This record gives sequence, structure tokens and C-alpha cells, in this order.
Amino acid sequence: MTRDIKNEKMIVSALKNGTVIDHIPPRNLFKVIALLDLDQCTSQMTFGTNLNSKLLGKKAIIKIADLFLEEKDIDKIAMIAPTAKLNIIKDYQVVEKRALCIPDVVKGIVKCLNPKCITNNEEVPTVFEVVERHPLTLRCHYCEKTVGQEDIVLR
Amino acid sequence: MVYKSLVSISDYGREDYLDILDKAESFEQNPNRRLLEGKVVATLFFEPSTRTRLSFETAVNRLGGRVIGFADASCSSVTKGECLKDTIRIVGNYADLIIMRHPLEGAARYASEISTVPIINAGDGANQHPSQTLLDLYSIRKTQGRLDHLNIMMIGDLKYGRTVHSLLMAMSHFNPTFQFVAPDALRLPKEYVRFLSEKGIPFQEYTDYMPYIEQADIIYMTRVQKERFLDPIEYERNKNAYVLTNEALQHTKDTVKVLHPLPRINEIPLDVDDNPKAYYFTQARNGLYVRQAIIAKVLQLL
Ligand SMILES: [Zn+2]
Repeated sequence: MTRDIKNEKMIVSALKNGTVIDHIPPRNLFKVIALLDLDQCTSQMTFGTNLNSKLLGKKAIIKIADLFLEEKDIDKIAMIAPTAKLNIIKDYQVVEKRALCIPDVVKGIVKCLNPKCITNNEEVPTVFEVVERHPLTLRCHYCEKTVGQEDIVLR
Repeated sequence: MVYKSLVSISDYGREDYLDILDKAESFEQNPNRRLLEGKVVATLFFEPSTRTRLSFETAVNRLGGRVIGFADASCSSVTKGECLKDTIRIVGNYADLIIMRHPLEGAARYASEISTVPIINAGDGANQHPSQTLLDLYSIRKTQGRLDHLNIMMIGDLKYGRTVHSLLMAMSHFNPTFQFVAPDALRLPKEYVRFLSEKGIPFQEYTDYMPYIEQADIIYMTRVQKERFLDPIEYERNKNAYVLTNEALQHTKDTVKVLHPLPRINEIPLDVDDNPKAYYFTQARNGLYVRQAIIAKVLQLL
């Protein structure tokens, strides 16, 4: 079966109101689905994966009707899939396009992997300093251990 | 007045280190100075460490301060499930300074953020122990007359040894050359290799110290612990390769000094203790002056 580029375009443009998360690395698609709790969401959704992408080679895409993400969730996506782009759709029009930005300090959303870290033993919100952006590397403000992109786990 | 807690060695820079070492020198000349008259210092040892605690408590006493606290979490309300936050808040009402040791990593950083009085970290798990690093710096400067342009050889467990990592970070301000000697299983972690490369600090890695020991100004020994090896045969093969003998010390500079954070296992035989190049017991004594200096710095007493 040959890939139908037009058809892929259709998937995106057919949304009336909602959010499109584009340019997700395919291996991170299910992580993004999990972090947004989309399995609990009753809106109409379309997932596509292993689609051709000039940027990534292959990409995945999520289209959710009538859902607009909170900043907190957008920050979470940035941790898992920093290449992703958001399109906010209203009345079939893209009203806002945004690239995800990773703040210098990441508060509360990432879990520290060190079991002896204070944040895993007392009620202390996590704080990570961004050491490197490509690939994303975070350092725990408390125990000073670093964590790389592939090992990032959300709280 | 702005108090500054000492949690991690990287909280301070070159000028702060030198300031503390100068203060420590003055305390070595005259350790009994009543700068803490009328002040109360809490030593909260959520995990026992007798040598560190006694060193800090002696420092407070010689400065004329009073000490409250506990030596072991089992004799405090911590065992009743009181969280660190509450303990720190409550003790902050009584004391002018908190010196704490805790088994969890990051505990001292967190305490410094919720405390109304400054915190000195006397060890948080395997993370930081800045007073040890400062006393290492003091011992290096005192024996070599300078900190700049020294050849530092570190031997033993360079993977898990936190004193090695902190000393490496602190010395990076003083144009050092490093020689790292460790079994393959206990090599210096990649992040520190990268750090040195990025800063352009020259270093070599060896598995055997012998041909290179003559270049060293300082030999920094660490414990090679059996439990660090997954394979017990690997331990048996390695345990004697990282022992520093009097024979080996014959091939070193006359001015070289041997440092060790103590306690040791078998990496320095007892007969080396009488060698004039052995400095680890004096190094431990220097800890008192350096801890006096840290207290004075944190409370801005000098
Ligand atoms: Zn941590």
C-alpha cells in the first residue's frame, strides 16, 4: 500500500475545534498518550504514527476534539517529546501554533530516579535544573543526580 | 544580614574557599576564640557519624558556643515519624545555626530552603560533604604552600567516592593536573570526565599507579570496598593493586603528601603511618580549624 500524503493532511485538517499535537517522535507517542490520560478522555481522537516527516524522518500525531491543554500539561509534553508542535484549532482554522519550550527550571512534573533522594521520601516537590537541551538533560536540585531524555519519568 | 548556608561545595567559589582557608589558618594559630558566646548551635545527626559530629561539636565549644541536638535519629522524635520539615522548623526556633547529617540525598538543600537559620551540611547520603572537601583543600595548601598548578593523583574507588568528586570540583578552580588510578569497575564517572574536558583541565586515567607516582604532589587515597564489586573474584584481583606501600613511596617526590578521608580499610598499611609523607592524621586534625572557619563564615562572625 502506498502512503497517501493527502490523506494524512486530511486527518489534521478535519478537526473543527480542538488540539493537534504534531511532530511527536513515534517511540514517544504512547508516553504522551499516557501523560495526558487520554485513555480516560471521552472526546473524539485520532492517533497517527510512523508518518513521514521532513523534520524527524518519522513522526506521530495526536488530534483531540474539543480539548485545550493546560500549561502544566504542555510542559509535561515538552519533557517527553520536546520536538512536538501544538496547533490549536477553532472552527477548522489553526488559531495558534506553538513550539514547546523547556523552561530553565522544571518544577513539580518530573520524578527523580534516585530512590535515596529527599523528594522520593518526604513531601517535597521536585525541582530540576536544565543542564542541556539537546538531548534534554536535567539535574535534580536536591540530590544533584542527572537524568537524560530517555529516562525522564513524570510524577 | 544575609546568612549563607553551606550545602554543596559548588555553593562557594574560589574566593570563598580561600577566605575559609585563611580563617582556618587563624584558628589553627589560636583555636580558642569566644566568637559564639551566647549562641546555640544544633547538631542534628539523623544518621550517626561520630568523628564528624565530634569535630563539629569541638569547633562550636572552642568558639564558646553551646550545643544541642542528637547523635542518632533513633533517639529523637524522627523515629515517631516526624518529617524533616517539622524538625528543622522547630529546631530553628531554638538554635542560631543547624549542622546536620542525613541519610537522604538532598536533605540539607531542602532544609536550607525551609529553615530560618543557616544550615551546614555535614553529609547527605552519598551526595555532599563540603567540610571534608574544605579540609582537604586546607591540607593541600598547608603542605604545598599553594593550591595552583599541582599534580593530584587520586587512587582507589573513583566511581562512588564522593570526596573524590567534590575535591575534583573544588580543585578545578586552581589549574590542577589530575592522575586517576582505579580498577575498570570503579573508574571516574563520565560526567566528571566531561566536566574536566570542557574546562580544559589535563588528566590521565590509569589502572596502575606505579610508573606515574613520581609526578604527584598530592596522593589522595580512598577506600576500595568489597561491596562495590559485583564479582567477588574481581575484588580479590584488585584489592591489593590499590594499596600504597612504603616501597612505592620511595619513588615519589620528597614533598609529596598522602591524604585519606579516613577511616581506611587496608589501602594504607599501618607501617606507612610513620612515613613523613603520610599526612592523613594531621589532615583529620585540620578538620577542626576548617569547621571553625566554616561556622565563622556562615554566621559572618569574622
Ligand atoms: Zn533527586
